[in-house]
Amino acid sequence: MAATPELTAGAPPAGNGQEKSISPLVEALLRLRKNRIAVAGLIIICTFLIMALFAPLIAPHDPLEQSLYDKLKPPFWDAEGDWRYPLGTDDFGRDLLSRIIYGARISMIVGVVAVAIALFFGTLAGAVAGFYGGRIDNLIMRLMDILLAFPPILLAIVIVAFMGPSLRNAMVAIGVVNIPRYARLVRGSVMEEYSKDYVQGARALGARDARLIFIHILPNCLAPLIVQTTLGFASAILEAAALSFLGLGAQPPTPEWGAMLANGRALILRAWWAVTFPGIMILLAVLGFNLLGDGLRDALDPRLRE
Amino acid sequence: MWKKSFTFATAAVVILFLLGGLCLAASPKTGGTLVFGRGGDSAGLDPAFETDGNSFMICDNVFDQLVLYADESTEIVPGLATDWEVSPDGLAYTFHLRKGVTFHDGTEFNADAVVFSLGRMMKNKNVKFFKKEWDFPEDQPSAEYWLSMEMDDMLGSIEAVDNHTVVFKLNRVEAPFIANMGMDFAAMVSPTAVLKHGKNFRANPVGTGPFKFVEWIKDDRITLEANPDYWGGRPPLDRVMFRSIPDNSVRFLELKTGNIDICQFPNPEDIELAENDPNLNLVRQAGMNIGYLSFNHTKELWQDKRIRQAFAHAINRESIVDNIYYGLGTVAKNTIPPNMWGYNDDIEPYAYDPDKAKALLKEARFHEKLKAAGQEKITLWSMPVARPYNPNGMKVGEAMQANLKDVGVDAELVTFEWGTYLKKQRTQPEEMDLFQLGWTGDNGDPDNFLAVLLDGMADPNVRTQWKNEEYHDIILKAKQALEKEERIRLYRKAQELIHEEVPLVNIAHSLVVWPMKQRVMNFKLHPTASIRMHNVWLK
Amino acid sequence: MKKFVLHRVLSLIPTLLGISLLVFLMIQLIPGDPAEMMLGERASESALAELRERLGLDQPIYVQYGRFMGRLLQGDLGRALRTNEKITTEIFERFPATVELSLAAILIATALGMFAGIISATRQYSIFDYVSMVVSLIGVSMPIFWLGLVLMIIFSVNLGLVPLSGRLSYNIELEVVTNLYVLDSIITHNWAAFKDAVWHLILPAFTLSTIPMATISRITRSSMLEVLRQDYIRTARAKGLSLWVVHYKHALKNAMIPIITVVGLQFGILLGGAILTETIFAWPGIGLWILNGVYARDFNAVQGGTMFIATVFVTINLVVDILYAWVNPRIKVN
Repeated sequence: MAATPELTAGAPPAGNGQEKSISPLVEALLRLRKNRIAVAGLIIICTFLIMALFAPLIAPHDPLEQSLYDKLKPPFWDAEGDWRYPLGTDDFGRDLLSRIIYGARISMIVGVVAVAIALFFGTLAGAVAGFYGGRIDNLIMRLMDILLAFPPILLAIVIVAFMGPSLRNAMVAIGVVNIPRYARLVRGSVMEEYSKDYVQGARALGARDARLIFIHILPNCLAPLIVQTTLGFASAILEAAALSFLGLGAQPPTPEWGAMLANGRALILRAWWAVTFPGIMILLAVLGFNLLGDGLRDALDPRLRE
Repeated sequence: MWKKSFTFATAAVVILFLLGGLCLAASPKTGGTLVFGRGGDSAGLDPAFETDGNSFMICDNVFDQLVLYADESTEIVPGLATDWEVSPDGLAYTFHLRKGVTFHDGTEFNADAVVFSLGRMMKNKNVKFFKKEWDFPEDQPSAEYWLSMEMDDMLGSIEAVDNHTVVFKLNRVEAPFIANMGMDFAAMVSPTAVLKHGKNFRANPVGTGPFKFVEWIKDDRITLEANPDYWGGRPPLDRVMFRSIPDNSVRFLELKTGNIDICQFPNPEDIELAENDPNLNLVRQAGMNIGYLSFNHTKELWQDKRIRQAFAHAINRESIVDNIYYGLGTVAKNTIPPNMWGYNDDIEPYAYDPDKAKALLKEARFHEKLKAAGQEKITLWSMPVARPYNPNGMKVGEAMQANLKDVGVDAELVTFEWGTYLKKQRTQPEEMDLFQLGWTGDNGDPDNFLAVLLDGMADPNVRTQWKNEEYHDIILKAKQALEKEERIRLYRKAQELIHEEVPLVNIAHSLVVWPMKQRVMNFKLHPTASIRMHNVWLK
Repeated sequence: MKKFVLHRVLSLIPTLLGISLLVFLMIQLIPGDPAEMMLGERASESALAELRERLGLDQPIYVQYGRFMGRLLQGDLGRALRTNEKITTEIFERFPATVELSLAAILIATALGMFAGIISATRQYSIFDYVSMVVSLIGVSMPIFWLGLVLMIIFSVNLGLVPLSGRLSYNIELEVVTNLYVLDSIITHNWAAFKDAVWHLILPAFTLSTIPMATISRITRSSMLEVLRQDYIRTARAKGLSLWVVHYKHALKNAMIPIITVVGLQFGILLGGAILTETIFAWPGIGLWILNGVYARDFNAVQGGTMFIATVFVTINLVVDILYAWVNPRIKVN
């Protein structure tokens, strides 16, 4: 966030084709390495990614396996704790650590799917609006304004309320809610690039619209898009956890962090660990993406800084 | 005046009260405010139009009906009617009203008030007033309970004969009618207040009950205060406050920290904590409901009763109740719950016995029949949502699936969105073999379970569509029998028949357990789930 | 300026129309049969038909939308299925509670957020700056439904400092004027109720304030930094004005514009986004009401409540926009 001179120098590539735009990208990534906050974020994310990918190898138990004799065991450091359940068990005797590890998998999937939906439709809408302008632009941006007229979490809740509570519907709802973010961003960048010589040049050479948009223009809007996508992961994970917490997302016994928290809430007087750990996981995962996004913003695109 | 109104019901109430007092070796103390913590706010407070428990629990304390349910059962006892007669043909009910009772707003309770209270829900308004011709309010919402209890079909007219006598004429002999008169929707309301407030009567209820309505802050609290002139004696409590605390854990925490006196619907996990807390007591009551597994009786496959009996033996209901109801349920051997009159306790439940189930299936050539029907496995439909009678339809389904697997039957678990589930189930589709569902009782009459759930010959709305002539005959006779003993005999027989024929496998009745503070005395959970504060006091 | 205001207000109309269409169409998302879902086991064919008619579901969709819009234009959001009460009445009974909570939260967020932001900006790269930056990142990453529970356990259950839930203790009487309890208790000089109401408000308001607090602290820091870099500030420093005067009198004044904008926008989000906080603390506001509608499958209530919140939200954004243009005349139409 600091306005160091080297960052202000990282202006977007201007007037050139895509080949030359790569080197500033690499340059930016190198700069990112020096940003301690971003590196911390990256480490957190990588940890969660490893947990998600290798969950069956890492997790000591099946996340759904119940052991009614081992109900509500505290974490291992407690006098009544049990080494077999390092973070304790829930009210069905399910291993909390294993559930948390599998939860990483679900949260990552939710992030990917929800962001993919938002990114795809947002980019498409934004690119079309920015490229063609005029009435199409007006119509698309009006639509985006309408989506933006709802506080995001409320819109997601309402969509899921009507579609019926499930993780799949929650991902769709979160995706839809976040479309305008990308649409606005892409539209702005496309408009800016569109007026530039290289685009007009390609156009004069008879490049088709789709080619112009996807091959010539979009790659140059990549930097802000990467930042927004990273931050989008953070909010998607947070929103999905909130929906599951309200019973509108993942349904029990799915080991989703928000749903675990909702279940743990019933145990709040007896098993603090069942509330504490899933909550910390949500916080850490969201924080990881926010840290990285923040660092990326500094490194890639100073224009986006607040 | 006091002496006149001191009749049977009062006496009964007082005697019960004294017995309760003796047992606890303390006499009721007057005074204090009781705070009741509940899961949600009331929808409205006009008993005619409400459909939810959170509304009725207020109505129960503000209003009375002509007849009431006894303290801890669904027996009918006198309420605002001191006694009643039924004509020999069973078609006319004459109610003699309690004298000297006034509504909270001072309006006299009399025969015209009865005609008004019930007549306003009546479709054809075939009524006769005695003294004062009250106008009926127009543009009312639909009276859901009146309609669902088929009151318009049942009831011919309501006539006030004199100031304290009302005659109800029925179109058909229907013994459960008297039980309907004890239901919330049949409460007596002040005509003056209804006409004065119009639609807002739902927020300004005026009845004859033990408590008067004081204040309603939406989603927060409803406050009631003692009615000093109550015909059944002034309640010991000065005030009752019903607070809405939606989250189960927070509500329980409020109880632990002492801000509320009774906590409705705690999390099952917290009940054990409450048990170990010296400051808390628990009240228990079996819910008036049944969760069941039934067969698609329209399919050839399920016509052999040995096959149905085999399924009753195959399912481990104890394990389901222990592990999925979390102990908040009791295994059901009959379709009606044990706290209802007419319950046949002599029935020997089907034991969990996989070997016997296998033998029966073999004997009935189940697998051959399955193959003949072109099926390899059967479908087991399970609810996607929690219901009062089943905390987790899918989990119960999974348990049943495993049980069936043990006896060599492959069952596929099927579910839909709740609305779709109900709609599809109604049509008894070919692709449905077994389905789970349940029922929550309305009026405490066995007819409300045994006819509604199983008499498929009488009504296409019956979910099981089981068509058995003998059963239909018993139920019809029981509806028309005038003597209660005769009805009990018939319902016991009906339960034997259900046991023998297994049109459905009874799974469980839910058990309601609420923690409350030690200082709360004489609070009882009623089988109909009504919350009555009349006799409750604080130590 | 007049032209700008007019333009913005007029542009609200198509947005509101779009919102109404979106809200209306939501009922089409319901899989299966809404009537069947609402009536449950009890439903008979006749009761189902009656409910479908009452909901207008037996009509073609454009007729349904026509009716919906017709009522909407008269300020009628229909009736809640659960209570049969007018939705507008239900909303106005609950909205003050949400306003009170959101106001308290935005107050806390602005005070603490600006404080942290100013210190960070004036002591750039200090320990405080780093710590506050990390804290504000944690703030925006916070699952507040979890934070609420944790705070509740610590401060209500274990320490017994503040009440668990609700707006007022049951033994406190308060004459309701505006339905903002804190304000009402001041108006009626009811100090016992004042203390009680504030006590109930603290925990939920603080929980709700975390995300706006983080956002406000970041925007304060960056806009302060930007202003401090401007020439006239340097000139002021060169003229020998004290650091304090420069920072607080000149710099902060000029940095206020973006800060106020963010505060306004965040307030709008809070009004509709307090659902989670209201649920945890049993705060009888509009968010809790909508969520109860969701659970009870009262689709009319959910539609009506959403329509109302979206309208409030776009109106607040409009006001913020106009205010922004007013204090910052460089903004022109488009």
